[in-house]
Amino acid sequence: MATSKVTAANFDEVVLKSSTPVLVDFWAEWCQPCRAIGPILEDISNEHGDKLTIVKLNTDEESAIAIKYGVTSIPMLNIYVNGEVVKTIIGAKPKLALLKELEAFI
Amino acid sequence: MIRDLVIVGSGPAGYTAAIYASRAQLNPVQYEGSVTAGGALMTTTEVENFPGFVDGVMGPVLMEDMRKQAARFGTELITDDVVEMDLKGDVKTVKDGSGNVVQARSVILAMGSAYKKIGLANEDRLSGRGVSWCATCDGFFFRDQVIAVVGGGDSAVEEATFLTKFASKVVLIHRRDSLRASKIMADRALNNPKIEMLWNTEVVDILGAEKVSGLALKNTVTGELSERNFTGLFVAIGHIPRSELIIGQIDLDNEGYVKVEARSTRTNLPGVFACGDLVDHTYRQAITAAGSGCQAALDAEKFLSH
Repeated sequence: MATSKVTAANFDEVVLKSSTPVLVDFWAEWCQPCRAIGPILEDISNEHGDKLTIVKLNTDEESAIAIKYGVTSIPMLNIYVNGEVVKTIIGAKPKLALLKELEAFI
Repeated sequence: MIRDLVIVGSGPAGYTAAIYASRAQLNPVQYEGSVTAGGALMTTTEVENFPGFVDGVMGPVLMEDMRKQAARFGTELITDDVVEMDLKGDVKTVKDGSGNVVQARSVILAMGSAYKKIGLANEDRLSGRGVSWCATCDGFFFRDQVIAVVGGGDSAVEEATFLTKFASKVVLIHRRDSLRASKIMADRALNNPKIEMLWNTEVVDILGAEKVSGLALKNTVTGELSERNFTGLFVAIGHIPRSELIIGQIDLDNEGYVKVEARSTRTNLPGVFACGDLVDHTYRQAITAAGSGCQAALDAEKFLSH
């Protein structure tokens, strides 16, 4: 399935209360590496969305959440299991490298 | 099918090579890189010194336009990474991240360069926790904070100047007593009231448990050690050539740059040409990279016609 957008309004429900792992892509329009990995995350979501839900959080629009999770570099990918961050991936990586990092979740 | 030409890399060098090669009807395939497409200029802001743009041009716009120009003449663009190359022999083989293999009689190498790390133990650990290599990506998160930039060249000075849009203060740390940057860039930084220069200073450690809280510094003249609080550190101390895929099969110099025969882009392997930051210690400009990309395409064309 395709990725979806997450906001402060549905962050609790979609991310923290999810019964399956959720990857949150912290990104912004002006961040070129974020835009570069956009299509890769879309691919991974289409291929592995049944096991790992992938959602996108725009740090410009949702700066309170970005600050709460201590974002200082984007793209930053946080994986949440049972409401806790269990893994953080920072920086744009090729698809193969990302899949390797996500091995435990897909 | 054995093609005439594969181009690996997509900065100004790679795209210019593609424009020339496709106009020469060599039907090139170009690997742009899955996350590095467009190269180093993708994370810069305004380019003021590329001839023809009277009012400057944004780095990403310039690269997108070069890409379109390459596509217009028929370059086959592939937004994937090359993971393996065999450059010896008459037919070269290039394998990509999806497992596809392309064979060609000639290859243009334009992989560019990557950011150089300081080499401190805490640098990787605190990467994304206050340590950054991309001011345009991360500057926004340091609003009203005091941050440091380390380096003395154009990139460092440009980043420091850009970061003053967000930070309350930017301290530019340089191990010498003058900047290497071009005079116009250096003057702009030196006259910026939000930028403080810390001359003759080296970063010897990055402090912080969960995130960056400060830097341990050493004066390169007196040897004096000190600590200072910062919430962020932007590293801009230079670049290393991205020649890791071709080590052992092509002649490199001590620093890993591909060696080319003077006034050409010919490497020691017939049919293999190299251009841009991958070969250039010295100039490292968008325009010189583009120029050498043009040379590489012309050199490849000449090679293929014999």
